[in-house]
Amino acid sequence: MSQFAINLLFVGASFALYIGIAIWARAGSTKEFYVAGGGVHPITNGMATAADWMSAASFISMAGLLASGGYANSSFLMGWTGGYVILALLLAPYLRKFGKFTVPDFIGDRFYSSTARTVAVICLIIASVTYVIGQMTGAGVAFSRFLEVSNTWGIWIAATIVFLYAVFGGMKGITYTQVAQYVVLIIAYTIPAVFISLQLTGNPIPMFGMFSTHTESGLPLLVKLSEILVELGFQDYAADVSNKLNMVLFTLSLMVGTAGLPHVIIRFFTVPKVADARWSAGWALVFIAILYTTAPAVASMARLNLLTTVYPEAAGQVEDYEQALSNPILYEERPEWVRTWEATGLISFNDQNQDGRIQYYNAANPNFAPIAEERGWAGNELTVNNDILVLANPEIANLPGWVIGLIAAGGIAAALSTAAGLLLAISSAISHDLIKKTINPAITEKGEMLAARISMAGAILLATYLGLNPPGFAAQVVALAFGIAGASLFPVLMMGIFSKRVNSKGAIAGMLAGLISTLLYIFTYLGWFFISGTNMLPNTPDNWLFGISPLSFGAVGAMINFAVAFSVSHATEEPPQEIQDLVESVRFPKGAGAAVDH
Amino acid sequence: MADNNSNAAAYWSANLRLITGCLIVWALVSYGFAILLRPLIAGIEIGGTDLGFWFAQQGSMLTFIAIIFFYGWRMNKLDKQFGLEE
Repeated sequence: MSQFAINLLFVGASFALYIGIAIWARAGSTKEFYVAGGGVHPITNGMATAADWMSAASFISMAGLLASGGYANSSFLMGWTGGYVILALLLAPYLRKFGKFTVPDFIGDRFYSSTARTVAVICLIIASVTYVIGQMTGAGVAFSRFLEVSNTWGIWIAATIVFLYAVFGGMKGITYTQVAQYVVLIIAYTIPAVFISLQLTGNPIPMFGMFSTHTESGLPLLVKLSEILVELGFQDYAADVSNKLNMVLFTLSLMVGTAGLPHVIIRFFTVPKVADARWSAGWALVFIAILYTTAPAVASMARLNLLTTVYPEAAGQVEDYEQALSNPILYEERPEWVRTWEATGLISFNDQNQDGRIQYYNAANPNFAPIAEERGWAGNELTVNNDILVLANPEIANLPGWVIGLIAAGGIAAALSTAAGLLLAISSAISHDLIKKTINPAITEKGEMLAARISMAGAILLATYLGLNPPGFAAQVVALAFGIAGASLFPVLMMGIFSKRVNSKGAIAGMLAGLISTLLYIFTYLGWFFISGTNMLPNTPDNWLFGISPLSFGAVGAMINFAVAFSVSHATEEPPQEIQDLVESVRFPKGAGAAVDH
Repeated sequence: MADNNSNAAAYWSANLRLITGCLIVWALVSYGFAILLRPLIAGIEIGGTDLGFWFAQQGSMLTFIAIIFFYGWRMNKLDKQFGLEE
């Protein structure tokens, strides 16, 4: 069977599964549509949350980011997991006790203001729409790479599948498909990682293999990796960063952003009890950590594999690196996987010194230039796209074709599961918060259900359109989504629970201050609305305020939000007694059953 | 009612103490060991690298899981102890 047929079989089988679930899990009421009826087991919800959370970026790009940045990019690991601690301790159980359907629902009720609700809806929509673009383009890329269809067709197919289970099943359909998608993506991710770890270190568990001995050289794997990297002018893999303030703020921004992303929060509305919300966050993190602790291992091993593919003599015990690095492989003798991926343009070779061999080194390092010249190297000749590390893993490890089929299904599962979660957050904010709570409170259950389905269909069409015509800023939108969620939504949610004093004026002023300050800082360096050339300052570290990168500003925006909300609240009246009672009631699990049937 | 209120207040302050403790550990392993205090513990070797690197790429995530389950377990006990469980 050809590789194409195998990929088609795996992706087709996974789609049949998702559609089967869609038929089985149709939503019959708004409660089923918004929160899957509120009866999802905490472990099931943990698994669905993990799939909801882990996007195409986590699945495909994260290992590449870690491999290229080494220690410095650890912020992604800590930030995207540490947010779950904040979520579990500060938000999830209380929002579950509140017992409603959406994030703006809580903000609107707690701050007794339809303005606060509307501001929250706007923040939610900006954060979720920007995030969903990346998922649609990610699905399109996965389709075109593995199934030989055009990007456009890939996005349409993805949209149709999501449409089938999200429009009919709502949160109920999404929850059970996400569980299936988690299983597909985690198997796809870990199998190649286990084999690579076995080949390099003899240890079957990648997270341990990363810290054990590299069989071929007898050195610890990370020592071996750093040795070769340094000899080629790259940075030591474990090199410390000089700007610690920025690393702390970047990590914190990712954490508060994670905790404030509505599509993650609403997953905790689906469990039966407050205690389940606490457990469920823990299970979600367990399922996420299976991939996230494997990713740094994949990163270091794949980087070492790449280096020793180019410089085979550097793989074993090396006395003299000068000698070992002088004979990189001949381009004609490159392995099969390099040839395969060259066809996609993700690896490219340019023989600058015309010697027919592949010289791969850090040509951007001025200190290394004299050494390179001495060796007769005329520039770096191999360009490798970061995304390749995960996608090409099965081929690098010489695994059979069905593993490649699994990776195809896994990458698509990661993109679809996150897209569906985001689309539900968007459509429920529109049908529940805008239509039912603001515009037409008299709408019937049946009418709201129809509105929810129409909003979902509309959101899918919008996402498809944006996926087909991605705005030029697609690469920066992740920073935007996290910045907005962390700087606007997270602080008011937390204050709504932990302070009885913060009132509607404080919350609105805080959300706007956090949102606007973050947007201004991002736009100053990345251009107004990301239109290139309109940035007021060049996006380089010496121009950043106190060395804080625009990607790290979400944490500062959150602090501004807290400060403004507290000052404004203390300068104005106390919230009414019934609101203080509401705050009191969300703090205790007792009576949650009654709160659900509002 | 007064009894109820003081019971609820005691539950809430016990919860806040627990949250504070958990968040101290959360910050210590990530912002502490993995970033700011990394040079201080650089002497401790683990698998060919330093302890700070391990915390940045593995240890902090494993600690986060432990914190969430510990918090869930303690809160379940508190819920029962104060008679505030569902």
